[in-house]
Amino acid sequence: MLLKGSEAIVRALADEGVRDIFGLPGGVVIPLYDALYESKINHYLVRHEQAAAHAADGYARATGRTGVCIATSGPGATNLVTGIANAYMDSTPMVAITGQVRSGLIGTDGFQEADITGITQPIVKHSYLIKDPNDIPRIFREAFYIAASGRPGPVVIDIPVDMQLAEIDYQRPERVNLPGYKPTLKGNRKQVKAAAKLIVAAERPVIYAGGGVVSSGAEKELRQLAKLVQAPVTTTLMGLGTFPETDRLSLGMLGMHGTGYANYAVTHSDLLVAVGARFDDRVTGKLATFAREAKKIHIDLDPAEISKNVAIDVPIVGDARNVLRDLIAEIKKLKPSKQRTRPWLKQIDDWKQSHPLTYKELKRDIMPQFVVEEIYRVTRGKAVIVTEVGQNQMWAALFYQHTKGRNFISSGGLVTMGFGFPASIGAKVGRPRDIVIDIAGDGSFQMNIQELATAVNYEIPVIVAILNNGYLGMVRQWQELFWNKRYSETCIDCQPDFARLAEAYGALGITVTDKKDVAEALETAIAAKRPAVLDFRVRREENVFPMVPAGKSITEMIGGQK
Amino acid sequence: MKHTLSVLVENKPGVLSRVAGLFSRRGFNIDSLAVGVTENPDVSRMTITVDGKEHPIEQVTKQLHKLINVIKITDLDPVNTVARELALIKVKSDAGSRGEIMQIAEIFRANILDVARNTMVLEITGTTEKIDALLQLLAPQGVVEIVRTGRIAIERGAK
Ligand SMILES: Cc1ncc(C[n+]2csc(CCOP(=O)(O)OP(=O)(O)O)c2C)c(N)n1
Ligand SMILES: [Mg+2]
Repeated sequence: MLLKGSEAIVRALADEGVRDIFGLPGGVVIPLYDALYESKINHYLVRHEQAAAHAADGYARATGRTGVCIATSGPGATNLVTGIANAYMDSTPMVAITGQVRSGLIGTDGFQEADITGITQPIVKHSYLIKDPNDIPRIFREAFYIAASGRPGPVVIDIPVDMQLAEIDYQRPERVNLPGYKPTLKGNRKQVKAAAKLIVAAERPVIYAGGGVVSSGAEKELRQLAKLVQAPVTTTLMGLGTFPETDRLSLGMLGMHGTGYANYAVTHSDLLVAVGARFDDRVTGKLATFAREAKKIHIDLDPAEISKNVAIDVPIVGDARNVLRDLIAEIKKLKPSKQRTRPWLKQIDDWKQSHPLTYKELKRDIMPQFVVEEIYRVTRGKAVIVTEVGQNQMWAALFYQHTKGRNFISSGGLVTMGFGFPASIGAKVGRPRDIVIDIAGDGSFQMNIQELATAVNYEIPVIVAILNNGYLGMVRQWQELFWNKRYSETCIDCQPDFARLAEAYGALGITVTDKKDVAEALETAIAAKRPAVLDFRVRREENVFPMVPAGKSITEMIGGQK
Repeated sequence: MKHTLSVLVENKPGVLSRVAGLFSRRGFNIDSLAVGVTENPDVSRMTITVDGKEHPIEQVTKQLHKLINVIKITDLDPVNTVARELALIKVKSDAGSRGEIMQIAEIFRANILDVARNTMVLEITGTTEKIDALLQLLAPQGVVEIVRTGRIAIERGAK
């Protein structure tokens, strides 16, 4: 069928099943926006392109469907960069479409020209600069395939304006032909057998689950495995919810701000089963002492992650769900004993007693942890929790009981302040029936606060719960603990009245200064069914504990002891 | 140990930059790099030498594999590989030293491409070690300029 390039793009998006897009137009994408004008695809106009990328990212994490964002050339495209890097670090499937100056102008420093494929090269899974309009159908087909398959990630498509204007014959290619891209999805049988043997023989096993369990949809299998061999499960920030924290076998999160019992369990384990996790330095602490008594099994889609940081005894490359299924079948053949780990679970219960997650309650002051607990209570743990970055992020991770994957959305790898609010908009667009709450810091929220206009514009009722401490709190905490309380440039108590600012945008705004009003504010915001900002004035110099100082062993925790 | 990676890539714009960018981003050093088309015009071959002592070679190859345009990587086994490098060497020479340089060239089977009043240009093909040895012998004469191609290599036998 003969179509203009821009129409072919919109057609290709529809063929890929795209329903929602986030973006902001400019000169060289006017043809594309013209083609979108009458399309069935919903376009959400953001107020800053960074937010378009984060919204697409949040959308993808909440739904499992590839997120799409659009920006114009030059500054529009460079505004996407942080969002693309964020998606890359957390392996989110995303397609970022950028306009480019007309092909004849490329390389001449033309008006609003930026080499976006060059700029983003180290932070994309792949990228394309379209030089022949006839390539549009193939490139879009490939881009969506690459973004979502294997270890997911962002793909950039840069489209010069003349490519959007040219006429082409649109035909969706039936299959992709990428000779250099063949992800291994099925685990090697011999390796699976070897892993099964180790697992049934272990007396002190720990399963360590990460974001790969979310992206492969392996939650059910993870739970089956844990139950089958009675092994406790700890998750990374990215893996929160993949194993229900309400279960006795749950250890919660591990690492720098992990629970004491998770860190002790990992350190004393005799077998560590890593599933879709990548031994990040925030998880391992000092490598030399990390789980050094344990044999290690590592299940991951990305062969490059295996033995990258920690030497692995039994590597299994494959999709977590496939591998876990095979592994469970193999273990069942070996008739595992459920009694074997009894003493180990008893030991873990003792650690839970001696190192509980707690904080000191005050009479009227609002403790940030309390707000998080109230959010859990009021939503009965059913909300989609999105976070900003800093202390708020860690409290949201620790004091909410996560029970489902895709219900906790946080910037884990790049750790981007300003991610949470636009990501929550994306999450709500993707899952309109769920309550979506962005647990925010006063600093982070101000990095994309302009998106209040987007939320109000499209009536996207997300709730921003600011744990307002008037500080760049996490940095202040490091200064308090390791830099002699020299609070260099971390006090941000010169700030707007967030509630009134929200009202100015047309959203609901509530300021909460007393502990007894926390629940009511949450209930009001949920009932209002419109965008809401809750400004919780929390205890200003509260710290996140436990904490492992950078580079120390994960049992060398500050705080968190009874 | 030096590793010679023979990397088949799709012959598309930007591929060299992706490969080079990956090395710098991951903190790997490239000792030498040679690129050319293969018997299949859609496919190019990059021959990359890296120091395995400095970087775990497995990480290098696994990361390279993740580039969509990289089709195949072989870490060539030195025993089963013939490797060559080409160098052009401009060396100072005058009537007095010319004979000695020509003698050295003959021993190394180097060709003399140019003779000028004060310099000569030698062409040598061989292993890295052989070229280094020649350069060492020429050093006392005064080496003015060296141009080296980087190593290319191919496996022996039918494979
Ligand atoms: C874009 C960006 N800039 C700087 C940082 C470094 N940083 C990490 S946490 C933090 C403080 C965040 O402050 P706030 O949002 O108020 O959260 P709090 O820690 O107070 O809960 C900063 C500045 C970052 N992660 N991201
Ligand atoms: Mg703060």
